[in-house]
Amino acid sequence: METIPVTNIDPGLSHKAIAGLVRHDRVHTSLYTSPALFELEMERIFSRTWVWVAHESEVPEPGSFKSSFVGTQPVIVVRDRKRNINVLLNRCRHRAATVCEHRRGKTNNFVCPYHGWGYGLDGSLRGVPHPESYGDALDKAELGMVRLRTESYGGMIFATFQEDIAPLSDFLGPAKKWIDLFMKQGAGYPIQATQAHRFRFPGNWKIQLENTTDGYHFPIVHKSFLSSVDKQTEEMLNFVDGGGYVEDLGNGHSVMVMIPDLVDLEENLEADIPERFLSLAQALRDEGHEEMQVRRIVRAVGGSGFNLNLFPNVACSMAFFRVLQPISVRETEIHHVAIEMKGGPAIANRARLRLHEHFQGPMGFGTPDDAEAWERVQRGAGSGDDLWIMLNRGLPGERPGADGPRSDVSAETGMRAAYQQWKNYMTEGGQGV
Amino acid sequence: MSAQRINEVVSFLNLEADMLDQGEFDSWLTLWHPDGRYIVPIEPHCDDFENILNFAFDDDAMRRKRVQRLYSGESISTTPRARTIRMLARHRILADTPSRLEVRCAQSLWEYRKGKAQHYVADLHYQLLPQPEGFLIERKVVRLLNSDGYLSSIGYIL
Repeated sequence: METIPVTNIDPGLSHKAIAGLVRHDRVHTSLYTSPALFELEMERIFSRTWVWVAHESEVPEPGSFKSSFVGTQPVIVVRDRKRNINVLLNRCRHRAATVCEHRRGKTNNFVCPYHGWGYGLDGSLRGVPHPESYGDALDKAELGMVRLRTESYGGMIFATFQEDIAPLSDFLGPAKKWIDLFMKQGAGYPIQATQAHRFRFPGNWKIQLENTTDGYHFPIVHKSFLSSVDKQTEEMLNFVDGGGYVEDLGNGHSVMVMIPDLVDLEENLEADIPERFLSLAQALRDEGHEEMQVRRIVRAVGGSGFNLNLFPNVACSMAFFRVLQPISVRETEIHHVAIEMKGGPAIANRARLRLHEHFQGPMGFGTPDDAEAWERVQRGAGSGDDLWIMLNRGLPGERPGADGPRSDVSAETGMRAAYQQWKNYMTEGGQGV
Repeated sequence: MSAQRINEVVSFLNLEADMLDQGEFDSWLTLWHPDGRYIVPIEPHCDDFENILNFAFDDDAMRRKRVQRLYSGESISTTPRARTIRMLARHRILADTPSRLEVRCAQSLWEYRKGKAQHYVADLHYQLLPQPEGFLIERKVVRLLNSDGYLSSIGYIL
């Protein structure tokens, strides 16, 4: 095995040296620990690919905005008067101050608090106080807020600094049909992204990226959660020996199907309603919903039976959006964004919120145990001299799937997909798509 | 408001705080009315907790499950459990009727686990039901100062 030290990596990492850190079945521990690699990731991955910034429901009206990040760079996602969505670098073109420190809201414009430069909702520089001192030296057309290229699919808004990148649609590829399936959890109502559980853990962002496509850990790490649900739900979530699978969807994306019966939420609606939803179903009937719509809504409340992991920063994960934001090589912020059915029955949306609270967030019965495991990965990764992260689970059983290599539900196929994409970007062989 | 009444309230809330710091969670459960709600909201200015996402929105069953999880040894984030020390102060009784007492106070809590100490400050807002002896908790709302920022795992009861 080639010897590559965990520490003291040459800051002038060559493409060849970086390529040597990612094998088909393992990655080098320095991917979690090297500040030099982290800096390169921000430049070569987060500044060059499509990065998720918001869901369209978060900026519903002209003037609605949301603060977000592309890598470590703050951006504002805002809908303008023509209803176009703009993603603007949150930085005044004068002396760099951020022009917005609100998480979300509604505004007519953005005004820098330092010297009062004012920008339209499309980022154009509208006016500056006391312009006479500039004479002819102020070219307003040149000094709009930096706009990122922005495209959406299925309501999911992505932005990129890379103007000449291939369209989002190409980047998502086969992931698009999984996004379509995921959005069925609106049960016919529009999807509404609502509040999020936000928390940080002391570990590298890729540890979290891996976890979304890691079925292997579920019965181990989430034993206490499984003990807190009814028997039927526990059996459903004991999926490691089941018929699910993980499939590489290309471009670093992957899907992990934990519960095959819940891939398409609108199929087989005649199946028995799970016990945990019987009282909700009856309450919906009592509100006058038709039987098939009751079943559709109840399905939606439970969420999809898969996690769609989109490289590099978002996942459509059962019933919520998982967003990761790298802070530093050893710190990551996670948002678990709850999803509601906009205009749907309040009792059903409440049920979704309670399910989200049960597992997710810093006080949930699931997330804190995940975070503990991730933190331990980072601590452990600080030891040893030339050790590797093993990603070979499920390799022997891997076969061609519909869109890429597929293996069993606890295979590390999705992680292998993500790290190959990482390698493409980091060695600058994967620009564009 | 008599000094004796304030003393009764403060003593009851101190008892609850001490139970939580000492890990006497089964005893803590007995302080609650069966219809009581334990709520840790995210949004600072919203009172419609039922229709919005919270960190915790526990009815009796969820409180029992939360306690069970802390005792079970099945959860790696709570085994070993974080040590906590909390101080309550600045009590203000907002309403006092024969059937219900409302009180708000400040909580300063230190957590220590695996070499790392963290500080959480919160406003606690209680609705208490007076009993022949003491009170039962009808609602406890823990408004963390940084609830709409980012938190770390909280493997205990605030």
